[in-house]
Amino acid sequence: MADEILRVENLHVNVEGTPILKGVNLTINRGEIHAIMGRNGAGKSTLANVVMGHPAYEITQGSIFYQGQPLEELAVFERARAGMFLSFQYPASIPGVQVGTFLKKSVSSVRENPPKGREFRKELTAAMEQLSMDKSFLSRYVNDGFSGGEKKRLEILQMLLLQPNLALLDETDSGLDIDALRIVAQGINQVAQDSACLIITHYQRLLDLVKPDFVHAMIDGVIIRTGGPELALRLEDQGYDWLDVTA
Amino acid sequence: MTEESQEIIGDYRYGFHDPENSTIRFDKGLSEQVVRDISELKNEPEWMTDIRVKAYRHFAERVMPEWGNCSLLNMIDFESITYFLRSSNKTENSWDDVPDDIKNTFDRLGIPEAEQKWLGGVTAQYESEAVYHSIREDLEEQGVIFLDMDSGLKEYPEIIKKYFGTVIPYSDNKFSALNTAVWSGGSFLYIPKGVSVEMPVQAYFRINAKNMGQFERTLIIADEGSTVHYVEGCTAPSYSTDSLHSAVVELIAMEGAKIRYSTVQNWSSNVYNLVTKRAVAHKNATIEWVDGNIGSKLTMKYPSVLLKGEGAHAEVISVAYAGEGQHQDTGAKVHHLASNTTSNILSKSISKNGGRSSYRGLLQVTPKSTGCRSKVVCDALILDEDSRSDTYPTMEIGNSTSDLEHEASVSKVSSDQLFYLMSRGFTEDEAMGLIVNGFFEPFTRELPMEYAVELNKLLELEMEGSIG
Repeated sequence: MADEILRVENLHVNVEGTPILKGVNLTINRGEIHAIMGRNGAGKSTLANVVMGHPAYEITQGSIFYQGQPLEELAVFERARAGMFLSFQYPASIPGVQVGTFLKKSVSSVRENPPKGREFRKELTAAMEQLSMDKSFLSRYVNDGFSGGEKKRLEILQMLLLQPNLALLDETDSGLDIDALRIVAQGINQVAQDSACLIITHYQRLLDLVKPDFVHAMIDGVIIRTGGPELALRLEDQGYDWLDVTA
Repeated sequence: MTEESQEIIGDYRYGFHDPENSTIRFDKGLSEQVVRDISELKNEPEWMTDIRVKAYRHFAERVMPEWGNCSLLNMIDFESITYFLRSSNKTENSWDDVPDDIKNTFDRLGIPEAEQKWLGGVTAQYESEAVYHSIREDLEEQGVIFLDMDSGLKEYPEIIKKYFGTVIPYSDNKFSALNTAVWSGGSFLYIPKGVSVEMPVQAYFRINAKNMGQFERTLIIADEGSTVHYVEGCTAPSYSTDSLHSAVVELIAMEGAKIRYSTVQNWSSNVYNLVTKRAVAHKNATIEWVDGNIGSKLTMKYPSVLLKGEGAHAEVISVAYAGEGQHQDTGAKVHHLASNTTSNILSKSISKNGGRSSYRGLLQVTPKSTGCRSKVVCDALILDEDSRSDTYPTMEIGNSTSDLEHEASVSKVSSDQLFYLMSRGFTEDEAMGLIVNGFFEPFTRELPMEYAVELNKLLELEMEGSIG
């Protein structure tokens, strides 16, 4: 039987009174990689943020279930501690807080049996090497003065260390050069083996490196079509107009 | 005691009190006689008595400051304050009188019970005598004099006479006059020529010997080419039943000397903390004020530096945290009185739960002081709608060859920052604590490690339950 991680049912979401999501249905099981593609403003990021619990998004109808549990009962930090992870499109900077301290505290909050002392450092060093991140990252302030690519790497580093059950990746590929994209993709593939993974992207290029099991096309707040990897190729090639016509 | 003063005391209802339990104190209120009695009791030289009396007269005539938070200032009832209290083996307070919230904070900061009792004003002693003595011996070997001010006056009257009140005359302001009239305790520190004191000198250890008063007087003299870092205070709340703390701190850095003076103070919320701190930097000397203010009802404190010699440098790094019912009116003053002098001022404040923080700064470059450079940065963080921050910068620049920068920012914690941190497993309070600690980090990293750790913990505690 499939191990259901995320189930979104007829989800309607308003942002500042404006409907953004208008009836989204989506189920993701462990071991599956789903990609959502769509134009700017289609509601892709809203979906990722509302699943994580962003307070600015108001659910007006429908439900989200995480491992069978209705999510509205869980605060944002509880979602994180339950194994949910969002890689932000625009991660916030936290001046004065060093990356090393932040990672240590975050891992201690989220993981059930967090590694301590040397064990943590070993794990951290390995993950950073995998992502070709220099040690000097650790003494910098979280996302403060980071380039776009550095921010995305730090997001993926966090994902590797937090070992989520559900990884939501919001345009993690944007702003990355091809080498960085490869490194990031490798990180995603590693985590995706044992988790449920939702990739939000505009482009096919990440999906060449992280092979999705399902591709969803989102237009105007609804998933209008679901297919396999071939759908992503067609969207890349032909855009979204043909979907509008058939819709 | 002179015959004359005995006679006066005879009639005087504010005389000595309760000698049986070996506590000497005066009843509430202040008069010239009380000032004379304090000096008499301490067996001070006449010149000190004279300074005290002159200072008292000035205090009595001087009007309250007509700037700052006047409505709070005018609530001070000088008649309800005890101006002198010296205890030998018994103290005034009982542990039971220390409020529970302060006791709880001690516990949560992990402060040992003996130390808690000292901080609570119940006992004057918490460090072992052995530690105290070993530090003292190290310093003495280098010729460093480190005494409480009263002992300093007894043992080195000629040095004190030469420098006392030269940086901050009693007539500077109403509260420096009050302090000069009734001062007790504080530190006297002298560093001989060319000596670098490696370890921070901590007021901590000295407190063993003498109970720190609320009108302490500190004088630090760093002779030519010497270096010292003096650390005072503690991040745990200092509970005081008396509501006025008014200290005077004078620093003198001779040619090529460097003094860093670090303070973190956390007063209970009934305390007026009105402190005058000023330093003189001679040629190529450096003064660094590292000043942290938490708690109190009203703090007014503007560490100042007079850059008197060419090439002298001033650093003032300060933070202020204003919580419910608190007003932190703090800042810095730097006077560029010689050419090619430089200064940096960094001021950071946080206001929460209706607290108010004000930056009040003065930067002066005299017309003849050419080629000076200064940078002033003020950052305020406001944690909720009820809280407030203001900036009152004054700049008097007397020539066009000097280079000055001023930056000010007021920010709020963004919902994006909170959401980001919460999505990483931090509760809302923990997220606030991280953001706030990060905001103060440029200050915290200047502190000795144990102070930095305590300050961070304290701020995390302050953030608990802060927001819905």
